[in-house]
Amino acid sequence: MAQYAAVLIFLLLGIGLVLVTFFVARLIRPANPYKAKNQTYECAEQPVGDSWVQFNNRFYIFALLFVIFDVEAVFLFPWAVAFGQLGLFALIEMVIFIFILVIGLIYAWKKGVLKWV
Amino acid sequence: MEITEIFKYLYEQLAASGLPQVWVDIVALACAGVIVFGFLAVVALFLVWWERKVSAHIQQRFGPMRTGWHGWRQTIADAIKLLQKEDIIPTLADRPVFFWAPVIAFVAAFMAYITIPFGDGLIVADLNIGILFIVAITSFTVISLLMAGWGSNNKYALLGGMRSAAQVVSYEVPMVVAICSIVLFAGSLSMVDIVQSQAMIYQWYLFRLPFGPIAFIIYIIAGTAETNRTPFDLPEAEQELVAGFNIEYSGMKFAMFFLAEFINMFTVSAIGTTLFLGGWQGPFLPSWMWFLGKTLFLVFVLMWFRWTYPRLRVDQLMEFSWKFLLPISFANLILAGLMKYSGWFNW
Repeated sequence: MAQYAAVLIFLLLGIGLVLVTFFVARLIRPANPYKAKNQTYECAEQPVGDSWVQFNNRFYIFALLFVIFDVEAVFLFPWAVAFGQLGLFALIEMVIFIFILVIGLIYAWKKGVLKWV
Repeated sequence: MEITEIFKYLYEQLAASGLPQVWVDIVALACAGVIVFGFLAVVALFLVWWERKVSAHIQQRFGPMRTGWHGWRQTIADAIKLLQKEDIIPTLADRPVFFWAPVIAFVAAFMAYITIPFGDGLIVADLNIGILFIVAITSFTVISLLMAGWGSNNKYALLGGMRSAAQVVSYEVPMVVAICSIVLFAGSLSMVDIVQSQAMIYQWYLFRLPFGPIAFIIYIIAGTAETNRTPFDLPEAEQELVAGFNIEYSGMKFAMFFLAEFINMFTVSAIGTTLFLGGWQGPFLPSWMWFLGKTLFLVFVLMWFRWTYPRLRVDQLMEFSWKFLLPISFANLILAGLMKYSGWFNW
């Protein structure tokens, strides 16, 4: 458990070091903002409208697929660690598990959601 | 004197100073963190310079030549320049999101180094969930990309951030499954255990036919995509998205994204070394030299990719991951299970 103190310390240290760097930069850099400079970049045009718009749901479908397969990976890791002790039974079980997920992948494939339109 | 002995000596000096044990450990870990930070800063500066030299020589140019011997001081000058640059925040930007995105990008890249073994005993903390921790923590990069894309309130940045998130997320799955096949053979998630299970060169997971090389190739392809490098650098496609998610960033905030990108490249190579190339193990030379040599070789391979392959189209990129890499990595995992069970190459 004590090992995980390193995680907390590195998290705080990482944030701290970045903020210190930003602070040092702030001391030596110029600051001269004006309206045109702070405008959103759009290839020398006046920006047209807001960019916080609704966008295509294909991103959402890939995110959904990712969640399914990443949760599966969470199940795969303990299985992989304990595989040496579990033997043939675990192997067959995992083949069935992966097989079910692959059926899901084939279904998504046939439905055409893997296509980036 | 070995590096580990120096650290041990310093730790003992600290312990003898009369501080309570808790504080000794905290100070030691904080020092380790600062050392890792310094190391990564130097590595990033070196890699930027090296990338420019490699790219130049592949294209029969020289690259930076005027600042010092073969331009070695060029990236130091660049870093100082970036430090002095004005920090421009667009009026329309979502300020807190815009501010924290580069911080998260850097911290996610930095924290992976808690459990990367630089050499025999040269590891900050040998977490028992080692590789799973690294996979989890480096995934936070996606959040920083999305935050940068959304917070900038810029159409190019938004498209770049979204593409990048979709890409990183898609390549994460085959990568994790490829890593899983190594964990299966090593029987442990700890990075140190994984290295120790490949003591001799014929024990390297790269050479455990037939599953090893397949897993390695899947890992390298997915790693290239995870770090958004050519041929998978769509998020930054200069010609269409001008710079992608980091277009509105300038000065130190941009530098943090840049730093995180090069650190991630080094991380991918370091994990590749640990999982497939026997980590720090090797004859004659000190262990950290073997680790650095192997890692820098993998970094060189990634650079080599960049100056050899053209960029993929976005639909090809997504289909390659879901329709090709993912089924292959599943088949490879089952193959690895069969090999482990039958005792084939299981020395």
